Amino acid sequence: MDLVQLQRQLVDYRTSLYHEGFLDEQFTQLQELQDENNPDFVVEVVSLFFQDSERLLNELSKALEQQIIDFKRMDAHVHQLKGSSSSIGAQRVQKLCIVFRNYCEARNVEGCLKCLQQVKHEYALVKTKLESMFQLEQQISNAGGSIPV
Amino acid sequence: MDSCNCIEPHWPPDDLLMKYQYISDFFIALAYFSIPLELIYFVKKSAVFPYRWVLVQFGAFIVLCGATHLINLWTFTLHSRTVAMVMTTAKLFTAVVSCVTALMLVHIIPDLLSVKTRELFLKNKAAELDREMGLIRTQEETGRHVRMLTHEIRSTLDRHTILKTTLVELGRTLALEECALWMPTRTGLELHLSYTLHQQNPVGYTVPIHLPVINQVFSSSHVVKISPNCPVARINSSVKYIPGEVVAVRVPLLHLSNFQINDWPELSTKRYALMVLMLPSDSARQWHFHELELVEVVADQVAVALSHAAILEESMRARDLLMEQNVALDLARREAETAIRARNDFLAVMNHEMRTPMHAIIALSSLLQETELTPEQRLMVETILKSSNLLSTLINDVLDLSRMEDGSLQLDLETFNLYAVFKEVLNLIKPIASVKKLHVSLNLAPDLPEYAIGDEKRLMQTILNVVGNAVKFSKDGSISISAFVAKAELLRDSRAPEFFPVPGDNHFYLHVQVKDSGIGVSPQDIPKLFTKFAQTQSTAIRNSGGSGLGLAICKRFVNLMEGHIWIESEGLGKGCTAIFMVKLGIPERLNESKLAFMPKVPPNLGPTAFPGLKVLVMDENGVSRKVTKGLLVHLGCDVTMVSSSEECLRVVSNEHKVVFMDVCAPGMDGYEIAIHMHEKFTRRHERPIIVALTGNTDKVTKENCMRVGMDGVILKPVSLDKMRSVLSDLLEHRVLFEAI
Repeated sequence: MDLVQLQRQLVDYRTSLYHEGFLDEQFTQLQELQDENNPDFVVEVVSLFFQDSERLLNELSKALEQQIIDFKRMDAHVHQLKGSSSSIGAQRVQKLCIVFRNYCEARNVEGCLKCLQQVKHEYALVKTKLESMFQLEQQISNAGGSIPV
Repeated sequence: MDSCNCIEPHWPPDDLLMKYQYISDFFIALAYFSIPLELIYFVKKSAVFPYRWVLVQFGAFIVLCGATHLINLWTFTLHSRTVAMVMTTAKLFTAVVSCVTALMLVHIIPDLLSVKTRELFLKNKAAELDREMGLIRTQEETGRHVRMLTHEIRSTLDRHTILKTTLVELGRTLALEECALWMPTRTGLELHLSYTLHQQNPVGYTVPIHLPVINQVFSSSHVVKISPNCPVARINSSVKYIPGEVVAVRVPLLHLSNFQINDWPELSTKRYALMVLMLPSDSARQWHFHELELVEVVADQVAVALSHAAILEESMRARDLLMEQNVALDLARREAETAIRARNDFLAVMNHEMRTPMHAIIALSSLLQETELTPEQRLMVETILKSSNLLSTLINDVLDLSRMEDGSLQLDLETFNLYAVFKEVLNLIKPIASVKKLHVSLNLAPDLPEYAIGDEKRLMQTILNVVGNAVKFSKDGSISISAFVAKAELLRDSRAPEFFPVPGDNHFYLHVQVKDSGIGVSPQDIPKLFTKFAQTQSTAIRNSGGSGLGLAICKRFVNLMEGHIWIESEGLGKGCTAIFMVKLGIPERLNESKLAFMPKVPPNLGPTAFPGLKVLVMDENGVSRKVTKGLLVHLGCDVTMVSSSEECLRVVSNEHKVVFMDVCAPGMDGYEIAIHMHEKFTRRHERPIIVALTGNTDKVTKENCMRVGMDGVILKPVSLDKMRSVLSDLLEHRVLFEAI
């Protein structure tokens, strides 16, 4: 595919992500922060987010497998996850984190388990989407074009 | 005659006359001696007798007279010279005393006489006082009766008891034969016998109210004697009975409205009752003045007591009515609240439920549009897209409107480019206008500021709606949009009399006028235009679709922006002019207004507004720390990052101008750091500005931050523009509390 089509595809893809609620304006903000001094800012932040989230999700899974569930610790983890996801604009993940926190407060094990599954699912989705988007961007810069904003 | 020295008197037996003289003299002497004794006795007894000296003289006179007569006894026979001497002495003395006494008497007899007249005078006076005393006693008794009656009457607030008690007490006090009360009927044309003293159940006698005798009584405020033969006095059915003297008095029936403030009740429009009192026929009693007075006083008291009772009844009734109304209102309010809550719940649910599929439809249809489609398919997809866009707008409109009605809609005030808004509206409307062959012209006044503070989205929505209506309802011709700053003199508009805008230093009124040459609106329909869902009957309008909500929403937005919107039209077919004025703020900062704000397009040159500003960022969360750092680096700051409170306190120095702290992590106390920092930097200008970053939107967080001495609170997530404005505000004012 040629450059213009690639760029068009990228724009449409991004738009769809916004439409479907995967991302919100915070992500736009992140993109605004990227400039020549900081060319890979978005990628860096998003990678950090992936690392952080995976760690947190593992912690959460482990916590829910325990005999005696430490809801406070879980709540702290979910809070972290919520903070991270809101910082990069992963809207769906953030919303699920809010629900998750409610279940933690209510000490509802069933709810927490169900929520964790949903969070994992959403996280996986958004990760895939973001990675595809980064791939497109990579393709464009490899083709020598500039990434449209 | 032999001269004899015998002491014993002789008894010449031959002269009887002598004998009788002798005896008389003896008795005279006796009497003469005993009278003074009695006098002395009585004088001794009565200490008040003023003429004792006279009595003594009298006594002396009598004694001497007696002595004379006694000595006379010896002179009947031959007597010696001694006897003659004694006799002469006695007689002399007697003469002296009697003359003195006689002279004395001349003096004292007038006095004694005057005593008698005084006595008479005092007797008269005493009789008068007695009479007066009698009168006073009667009056006092009357007064006592009145008091007692009044007390009895006023001790109850029940109308019947009052009247009955009055009659009973009056009857008792005045010893009446019969006492009756006639009340006016509802029609006011008759008097109805309501109460009597002796008859238990008075038969329903009525007499017409315009009898001369009744008029006479009603027109006088005093008690009036009436004839026993008049109808009001004939309450006893037996014909033979003729009562004694009869009097009648009027009893005014007062209403609440009769009592003006500072005024005695006006007795002009009156309803009176008639009280008739009859004395017993067998006694020859007459009505005394004090009795009549008593009756008058009682009648007045009864009037007052009755009016009190009436007032009380009315106020009880009013209170009951109010209570009922209260209950009904309460119920209605609760029902309304329930209804509102139900509606809000419904809207909240429906909003989410409706929007999600709408987004899916719109997003997927637009994606579908991008793919390869046959022309028919393309047409179908476009129709789907248009309809779903319309539906989405409708849903948004309805939600907006209901939020506006709740008052929960708030404007998002921010600085925006006014010119850009108009240009965008023009761009959006141009395609449709050119299809309809309408010419659209935009005229922006030169003094219109380029940037303004307000709710850009809603202002655009309003302008778009108004212009869209102009385009919709015009088949051909031209549409002209003009915008300018409203001047003070023109602000007071006769067409919007309730609207009094006041221009000030930091705001101005934007005046926008959209004129079209379309079908116009008839003058009587103009008020209905802004009503929700109301549409005029013209079929042309009905065919053009739309829900009728547009103008209603515009009006709400304009009102929120403290403005006014109205439509003028000369009639059907003569075009229409829509005018609205809204209040917009004037942005102060020049560096902000120099930036071009376009949605979704990041600024190519982020001005390093804060070069070298040393900032400390404390956040546990790695991702958000990195984002915040990225923000600040983009703005040119020199950022140090720490991830815990201890590290923060260790690292912070007076070189750092601002410290950003995340306070929403549970278990971490960002507040304590603020307190420690206050302790560490005692002088204010050395201390860095402390700002809390939080995702919590409640007042408690804000209050806590203020309490520990933080200089500002910002809500996460922070956009670039927000961070920029926050930093400039902070550095200028050293305090920022964002409305959360």
